[in-house]
Amino acid sequence: MPVIDLANPTRFLNLANRVLPWLAGATLVLFAIGLYRAMGAPDDYQQGATVKIMFLHVPAAWLGMLGWGLMSLAALGTLVWRHPLADVAGKAAAPIGAAFTFICLVTGSLWGRPTWGTYWVWDARLTSVLVLFLLYLGVLALYWTADDPGRGSRAAAVLTLVGAVNLPIIKFSVDWWNTLHQPSSILRMSGSAIDPSILTPLLIMAAAFTLLFFTLHLAAMRNEILRRRVRAMRLMQAQEVHA
Amino acid sequence: MNLGPHADFIVAAYGLTVFVIAALVAWVVLDHSAQRRILGDLEERGVTRRSQRGGS
Repeated sequence: MPVIDLANPTRFLNLANRVLPWLAGATLVLFAIGLYRAMGAPDDYQQGATVKIMFLHVPAAWLGMLGWGLMSLAALGTLVWRHPLADVAGKAAAPIGAAFTFICLVTGSLWGRPTWGTYWVWDARLTSVLVLFLLYLGVLALYWTADDPGRGSRAAAVLTLVGAVNLPIIKFSVDWWNTLHQPSSILRMSGSAIDPSILTPLLIMAAAFTLLFFTLHLAAMRNEILRRRVRAMRLMQAQEVHA
Repeated sequence: MNLGPHADFIVAAYGLTVFVIAALVAWVVLDHSAQRRILGDLEERGVTRRSQRGGS
């Protein structure tokens, strides 16, 4: 099937129905392996067992940013090409990205208390991630409260593109400013600073979280397409009543 | 497995993550069944989309 055919909502629904059970199964298997390896990973020599929070916090942080990146591409599709599936993709990703960013913030706070001695500081990394979460809430408010879904979608797409400026700020905040949050220790030019006994389960958990994100996103996109069909059918019904 | 003196923080982090993910899964599953039910009701009442009319 050519990729362009997936731009047709009906074909997309058929594909989603076929792919979703496999994606969900692969997600469960990866989580089982990841959690087994994470629970068996050694304690950190400084942080002790609290390093286990990293297996949730880091993947959640990556996916909070990935979600916004995906929404930014979808926003371009909405504003430039005006493709309905792009809008569906953006709207479906927003609550999932917001949930992962929320997990990142709270697990980070719970990790910070025993390691830093505080739940929260207004340093650049923590503040920019909080800003990302607030941007997610803003986009959700635009999608859910607009009287006209088309206007709501366009406004959400504009806010998404403006908010994309925050992504490099989050990534490089630990390099640009003096922060309590540690600098990047995985994705850096000189290679990972984490021992393989901890890095391997972290990467498996990150893969599991990523599969979970795409499983939920595909399922939410399918729901959104069905919701738009319901809306279209109700409009047709209303027009027939008034005719 | 010994979680050490900060076990409460680790358990709270995992508990919250499980809760949020469970809520997301419940949202997509319940929303899907709700949309399918509404679509079924509309089709039973003979309401069709414009594209379906064009094809028949």
